[in-house]
Amino acid sequence: MRHGVGTQRVLHWIAVHTLAVAAVLFFALPFVFLFLTSVMTDRQTLTPSLWPHEWRWSNYSDIFNTPGFGTWWRNTLIYAVSGTTLCLISSLPVAYALARFRFRFRGVALMAVIATMMLPPQVIIIPMYIFWSEDMGLSGTLWPLIIPLAFGDAFSIFLLRQFLLTLPSEYLDAARVDGCGELRILLRIVVPMIKPAIAAVALFQFFYCWNDYFGPQVYTSENPEAWTLSYGLESFKGAHHTNWNLTMAATLLVMAPVILVFFFAQKAFIEGVTLTGVKG
Amino acid sequence: MGRRADTTSAAAPPGRPAKVKAPPGLRALRRRRGARTVAFLSPWLIGFAVFFAYPLGATVYYSFTHYDLINPPQWVGLRNWRYVFEDYPPLGKALRNTLWLVAVMVPLRVLFGLGVGMIAVRLKRGASLFRTLCYLPFLAPPVAATIGFVFLLNPATGPVDQIMDTLHIPNVGWFNDPAWAKPALAMLAVWGIGDLMVIFIAALVDVPREQYEAASLDGAGPWQRFRYVTWPSITPVVLFALVTGVIQTMQYYTQAMVAGKVASGIIGAPGQSFEPGYPQGSTLTLPQLVYQEGFSSFDTGVACVLSLLLFGIAMLATVLLMRRRAGFMTAED
Repeated sequence: MRHGVGTQRVLHWIAVHTLAVAAVLFFALPFVFLFLTSVMTDRQTLTPSLWPHEWRWSNYSDIFNTPGFGTWWRNTLIYAVSGTTLCLISSLPVAYALARFRFRFRGVALMAVIATMMLPPQVIIIPMYIFWSEDMGLSGTLWPLIIPLAFGDAFSIFLLRQFLLTLPSEYLDAARVDGCGELRILLRIVVPMIKPAIAAVALFQFFYCWNDYFGPQVYTSENPEAWTLSYGLESFKGAHHTNWNLTMAATLLVMAPVILVFFFAQKAFIEGVTLTGVKG
Repeated sequence: MGRRADTTSAAAPPGRPAKVKAPPGLRALRRRRGARTVAFLSPWLIGFAVFFAYPLGATVYYSFTHYDLINPPQWVGLRNWRYVFEDYPPLGKALRNTLWLVAVMVPLRVLFGLGVGMIAVRLKRGASLFRTLCYLPFLAPPVAATIGFVFLLNPATGPVDQIMDTLHIPNVGWFNDPAWAKPALAMLAVWGIGDLMVIFIAALVDVPREQYEAASLDGAGPWQRFRYVTWPSITPVVLFALVTGVIQTMQYYTQAMVAGKVASGIIGAPGQSFEPGYPQGSTLTLPQLVYQEGFSSFDTGVACVLSLLLFGIAMLATVLLMRRRAGFMTAED
């Protein structure tokens, strides 16, 4: 009897660890192959061998010397940093009102926020494009991507509200009794208390901007000076047809910042992912 | 400015106020609070009007016009709508592909997310390294990840092809084969299940340990423990993952578009315009059709009809989610 339980334990251990190794291979091997290819010579990329004969690190510096690459980096940073900042500033008061004020149409407002959050961006793209290009004359620039974020982003509002609901109201009530206005309560008391939440929302928004492909494709495709990394990367592949090595090096360079940011802010990020899904 | 009088919920119980006429002081207070609420909501109120309500109305209007972005829009009544429903084969293709993605890709993602989550909670040593490794692909920017996968799976020189050859498994054309392009996209989607893994780990850790012990004492095997202890307590999360997966699939755009462009090799080649759906419409989705009609064919009216169809389908999925999760979405205490 005891022996049977012991064997079962061992078998269970073996099964779990075999599956774990298989999973790690599945998730990690693509990165390994991309990396190995990125340091091959042009000639070797056209052959079936998987291990670089000669480690060509200069592929990476070649990428930075490619015309355009630096501009795409700069544009992506401008879009991601300014978009994230504006989005936080504009979404926070809205989320606070939805979480803490009592007013008649609150339920309706919340439903509207959730509905816009779920909406594919393609639904309203035609009039938006006409608005930005014909009425505002701003197509071929980053402005049509950045300006809307100054008016709140549904996902950020929703996420911040979820965090704000978890604050104990005693603190806020105490401040109110002391005669503190709502704006001061928000800035002086609430913001310091929900710093992790703000970090998580900022990360999500930053990643969203960094990864955005559809927006730059619609608004900036006509002007390479305004391209972002996501959009430029695709044209990079087009220009280097058979040079998979250079394309893979560029691809890894686009992935790298996101992964670096993740390692520095892992906790806030995981907390945010959990809160979007299972809280409640 | 005079916000000093705010006592809000602390003073009065939150129930419905009695139906007596409010004294003037209270009415002034209410008005002031109303103004304050509007002030806090104003960024979003403006945003909602300018970047949602107006363009949605305009989309409806344009769907009844012929508009090539050069000459002013011309009213054509139901012509665009009739054209899309009666004489527009790409729509059927796009809807069938979306249905495939909903029926295959979404459940596969949930299955793998749950599976990897279950492995993660059973590991003792190296658990956090395991989680990080499985999570990383989720972070890879979609354009970069897609180009990477087109390379990995490309015929002749791709590493997957090499491995299949060594194992004597006949390779398929993946992104270049109409029958295998969607499975290749599904594989890419399964690679990025980090988000689902995280929420499943959170759900699995919440299952009370005593229940497993009790089940073991009653002689339940691993499958029975999963079926009668784990499953009942994680079904809400599984449902949530499925429904959000369906909503995301309605927006499926970037990966299909980029995979088609890179695999077909027609990006940036002068004089060539890319038609989404390569190969042979097998990766076409509704959002790509909107882009194609609006920005390649400049048929704004038809693009707007397709936009509104997309809107209807996405809203349907959203209503489903809200009914399921109504308690969570609006709960306040």
